[in-house]
Amino acid sequence: MSIFNISRRNLMALSAAALVSSALAGTATAQETIKVGVLHSLSGTMAISETTLKDVMLMLIEEQNKKGGLLGKKLEAVVVDPASDWPLFAEKARQLISQDKVAAVFGCWTSVSRKSVLPVFKELNSILFYPVQYEGEESERNVFYTGAAPNQQAIPAVDYLAEEEGVERWVLAGTDYVYPRTTNKILEAYLKSKGVKPENIMISYTPFGHSDWQTIVADIKKFGSAGKKTAVVSTINGDANVPFYKELANQGVKATDIPVVAFSVGEEELAGIDTKPLVGHLAAWNYFQSVDTPENREFIAKWKTFTKNDKRVTNDPMEAHVVGFNMWVKAVEKAGTTDPDKVIDAIVGVQVPNLTGGVSEMLPNHHITKPVLIGEIKEDGQFDTVWQTDGLVPGDAWSKHLEGSKDLIADWKTLKCGNYNTVTKKCGA
Amino acid sequence: MFCLRHLLRAVVLLVGFTATAVAGPYEDALPKFSAGSYSETDEAIGAVASSGHPMAQAVIEALQDGRLLAGNGQVFIRDPSGGLVNAATGQAFGAAPADLKPVRVNNRVRRAIEAALGGLTLLSPNAGTRMEAARAVFRSRDEAALPNLDKAVGQEGDAGVKQALQEARAAILLTKADASAEDRLSAVSTLRARGDQDALALLSNLSADSPPALVAAAQQAADAVRSRLEFWSAVQNVWYGISLGSVLLLAAIGLAITFGTMGVINMAHGEMVMLGAYTTFVVQELIRTYSPGLFGASLFIALPLAFLVAGAVGILIERSVIRFLYGRPLETLLATWGLSLILQQGVRTIFGPTNREVGTPAWMSGAWEIGALSLTYNRIVIVVFAFSVFAVLLLVLRYTSLGLFVRAVTQNRRMAGSMGIRTSRIDALAFGLGSGVAGIAGVALSQIDNVSPNLGQGYIIDSFMVVVFGGVGNLWGTLVGAMTLGVANKLLEPYAGAVLGKIVLLIAIILFIQRRPRGLFALKGRAVEA
Amino acid sequence: MKTQSLLDRQSIVVLALLAAAAILVPVLNGIMAPGSALHLSDHLVPLLGKYICFALLALSVDLIWGFCGILSLGHGAFFALGGYAMGMYLMRQIGPRGVYADPILPDFMVFLNWKELPWFWYGFDWFPFAALMVLLAPGALAFVFGWFAFRSRVTGVYFSIITQAMTFALMLAFFRNDMGFGGNNGLTDFKDVVGFPLQAGATRLVLFVLSVLALAGGYLLCRWVISSKFGKVLVAVRDAESRTRFLGYRVEHYKLAVFTLSAMLAGVAGALYVPQVGIINPSEFAPANSIEVVIWVAVGGRGTLAGAILGALVVNAGKTWFTGALPEFWLFALGGLFVFVTLFMPRGILGSAQDLWERSRQRFRTNRPAEALSPAAE
Repeated sequence: MSIFNISRRNLMALSAAALVSSALAGTATAQETIKVGVLHSLSGTMAISETTLKDVMLMLIEEQNKKGGLLGKKLEAVVVDPASDWPLFAEKARQLISQDKVAAVFGCWTSVSRKSVLPVFKELNSILFYPVQYEGEESERNVFYTGAAPNQQAIPAVDYLAEEEGVERWVLAGTDYVYPRTTNKILEAYLKSKGVKPENIMISYTPFGHSDWQTIVADIKKFGSAGKKTAVVSTINGDANVPFYKELANQGVKATDIPVVAFSVGEEELAGIDTKPLVGHLAAWNYFQSVDTPENREFIAKWKTFTKNDKRVTNDPMEAHVVGFNMWVKAVEKAGTTDPDKVIDAIVGVQVPNLTGGVSEMLPNHHITKPVLIGEIKEDGQFDTVWQTDGLVPGDAWSKHLEGSKDLIADWKTLKCGNYNTVTKKCGA
Repeated sequence: MFCLRHLLRAVVLLVGFTATAVAGPYEDALPKFSAGSYSETDEAIGAVASSGHPMAQAVIEALQDGRLLAGNGQVFIRDPSGGLVNAATGQAFGAAPADLKPVRVNNRVRRAIEAALGGLTLLSPNAGTRMEAARAVFRSRDEAALPNLDKAVGQEGDAGVKQALQEARAAILLTKADASAEDRLSAVSTLRARGDQDALALLSNLSADSPPALVAAAQQAADAVRSRLEFWSAVQNVWYGISLGSVLLLAAIGLAITFGTMGVINMAHGEMVMLGAYTTFVVQELIRTYSPGLFGASLFIALPLAFLVAGAVGILIERSVIRFLYGRPLETLLATWGLSLILQQGVRTIFGPTNREVGTPAWMSGAWEIGALSLTYNRIVIVVFAFSVFAVLLLVLRYTSLGLFVRAVTQNRRMAGSMGIRTSRIDALAFGLGSGVAGIAGVALSQIDNVSPNLGQGYIIDSFMVVVFGGVGNLWGTLVGAMTLGVANKLLEPYAGAVLGKIVLLIAIILFIQRRPRGLFALKGRAVEA
Repeated sequence: MKTQSLLDRQSIVVLALLAAAAILVPVLNGIMAPGSALHLSDHLVPLLGKYICFALLALSVDLIWGFCGILSLGHGAFFALGGYAMGMYLMRQIGPRGVYADPILPDFMVFLNWKELPWFWYGFDWFPFAALMVLLAPGALAFVFGWFAFRSRVTGVYFSIITQAMTFALMLAFFRNDMGFGGNNGLTDFKDVVGFPLQAGATRLVLFVLSVLALAGGYLLCRWVISSKFGKVLVAVRDAESRTRFLGYRVEHYKLAVFTLSAMLAGVAGALYVPQVGIINPSEFAPANSIEVVIWVAVGGRGTLAGAILGALVVNAGKTWFTGALPEFWLFALGGLFVFVTLFMPRGILGSAQDLWERSRQRFRTNRPAEALSPAAE
């Protein structure tokens, strides 16, 4: 009933009341805590992926508080639900920064949600940590990309398939949105540069949430039976993967015949599928739950305790948040303040251990160094790492394989520019 | 089954070979397994397989099952009981070295295993194993298997296996430059008779420097296979369409009752489907925990439960909300939309936002090959199931008293009431029936789609399209509507792509509704204006 | 039957409140010192602006649903088309300031290797053309769609479902990257509008005031429509379509006119929405969004223009508050609200309030039990 009472008053009263209460709340707690915004969808289509990331942020903040907080203050998580609604992401980001006065925001999953909040972070000068693999072609002063850029995921995966499995024909299958489009563009250019003929590349796009894969799987089978080793490079988006893999299994496409390497399928997605028919299909990530390092064992144990669920799995974007959060903590300690400008300056070059045994570093282009791991799906829904890069791969903000971006570099340390053109020697030109 | 196979193989090992324990290619190859590199493992498999050593098959099978352990250049087989056998000597080994690790496999190694086992098991006494072996050799086209293959063809009694063996032999001979011309020509005709994609690939990839007569024959055969395949692919597309149509039918048929005959714009319909899918998940979870043997029957157990769960929720919704809204169809839209939000979030709160795993029972896995058609069992089951649900529902509405009452109430509520029908009870039961049917649709959809809180949202618009296209208030319309949309979608997809195809179809529906504003099978008479 | 004047008491209240908003928000935000209790925080300005745009959208739905009985479940499509028209203008305004510094092509075209601007982007660098398209694109779609639908006498639920099909088809089409509208990422990263930087507080305030003015203008337009003779016919169509037709009115012409007008209003709302939220993406076409608009109208009170505005404001303010305060449970609250309103307040908040007011006044006058007055339920 209270909703109706409020609404009968005019709008001014409402906003004024909200303002006063938030102002009071703000002054009462601002001294004791540092607020951290968590901007992940808890409802709508993306809740399936993002809810876990919210949980991991809550765990990290709790852990940090157990260690005594940050700069002598406790951390406090401010969780909001942007409900998989892109304009709502911008609204919530604005609210987190200007009303809740958070020191940094950890959030977003889809590229469009990141694009939606970008102007807000630039305008209000705050910090966003973005934990998901994405299409690249971006470097902003206020955003830190802790997920993989295409050169940290797609290209090593293709190299592996070509070398280890002798693949000569390629199916690039993806959901029709920017990440698959860009990734496939980059891969196409890359494959052609390696001498793959255009008739040996098949590109297919499907709508979001596509659930009837009969025709496409049959097409893939057909394409794959031309006498040359064929592989599918899948950038199919989360929800559509389960029916895709179910159809693959039903039509008897085995990994030994046509392996599928996916960039968006991790432990969480596999938890919803019967993985026995999928053994041997691949995924390329920068982290697998099955990686056997002390850091990872400790993290998994903590996660299972925190969620009070022994079956909860961990995945790559979670690790990205762990790395991103630890980098932020270190940068704040280094700067001695949570002031965004100082933190942005301090964080470049910060190194923290990742969960796969290496030490990741924040680069001047606001991407990080990561190992690249190729894993084969096992019967228990985990991955068996069959290959990994020798060292860490630095993330490229701008792809060398795209015409529009091959001359661009990003450097926020010395050049103070996200899109510096090495040919014209100008920023943003 | 598994044990039996092993037993038989053990017998073969004992009977077929005499052990020789001198150092040879087999012993030389073994240490490569402990090198920890996939390419050396690959080489080792080839060497072991062609060594003719009695342990070869056992070693490769152990590798396939992850029972081959290696360390310090030594290789051991762990037999199913847990004991260790030294692969080099075949003797039981008591105390194993501490740092033994299973030899790792990846796709490449798995492929090599399959090819090697194919060559080794061509003479197995088990017809099924021989069939698998023949197929594996067909894929690998390993010339080393040729002697075994010739022998196997000669002594094969089973016609099906014999054909497979001959095809495998043809696949090898076709590309074998030093084979005789007749052999190669007859290989062409064998492959032409096989007539599938794989045969086509072999025929059309024949290198151009082969004898001209052979090239011409292969060319001709390839053309023949190609035109045969084109015909079958049209049939296959129709089948895909029927199978998509039956998914649509399943999703829409409950709505045909709640929306079609009762006039409730039931936006929560998709959530009823979702409840059915989650019921399946719960049933399977319980079965996994308490009696895994029943897993094959899990869907049959889930069916009535899903009907009851979704039906009960439906009746609850009808009693608590819908019954106040009869005659105001557009307001049922608003209320049921609210309910669908609540149900989605409810499921999300209880089961979590992520997909839950619903397994496919063994009898629904795999595909039925007929001609060049490949009909997957799960799709066949869904098609049959959709039609059965449709038939049962039709019979219920037609021949039971409940059906009679439902029809009477929906046609003329007051008159039905005057005749002594308890209209409100019928409303509740009809809504429960529609929801229950949606629930059992959920059981079927759990086999092909995500079981997540968003499951229902993916089907709601399609369901409405089907019902409206077919004609509200007519079950036959729903059937025809679903099949038309399914088949049209699948016929468009190869030309227009998945996205454009769907857009074209939606526009077609919009235009169709202009021509026939009340759908394919319009109700006539008084009910129309109601 | 009482005659309706253009400005009844309710209208005056609505316009007065809108005027107050148009004055108070800039004053509280721009003049009051930050930190003072009366200062309106910066982030609330675009938020309120967004609500106002939604209110205009709700108003356009109420015009056809409340007064002509046409339930459109695809009005989000007109809103989004208006938004895209504005978004395309804003994209062109970026000019060489995009990350690739291409003077003509928007960023998303550059990195997907487009070589030249598609023809339908021509003209959008010129504001008057874009402004015209804001009206014309949704208007033309509505005209064509309505011309077919009303002529064939597609009514009621069937009409609702095919409008849903329309918006769904458009959503799928705009999701396609090949269409040249930026695919799923949509249009974003706008810099300025007619020369004024979008990030500036003053621009925001101007946009807010413009939105309020558009809402007030839209309200007056709707009032004018429904209080004219034309409006009377619309109500007649709503209540008894066949009878109106038999009386000699060309029902489909009336419906088509009001449907097109309503679509244009929705387009204007979309055009004002985009610069304030900073993004337009195909999910605006999602059928769920259109259903939600209908629900705003139902919550506020169908058939009362003020109710549509109120409903949009209440539900969206509720959404903002719930998604922050109860992130895990807000869907329960929202869903519960819809069920509650349909069951217990069938005429919406405003309608129920009016009922209550009328009833108590009549009871006061006649001193008779209220039940006797209400018409017997079916």
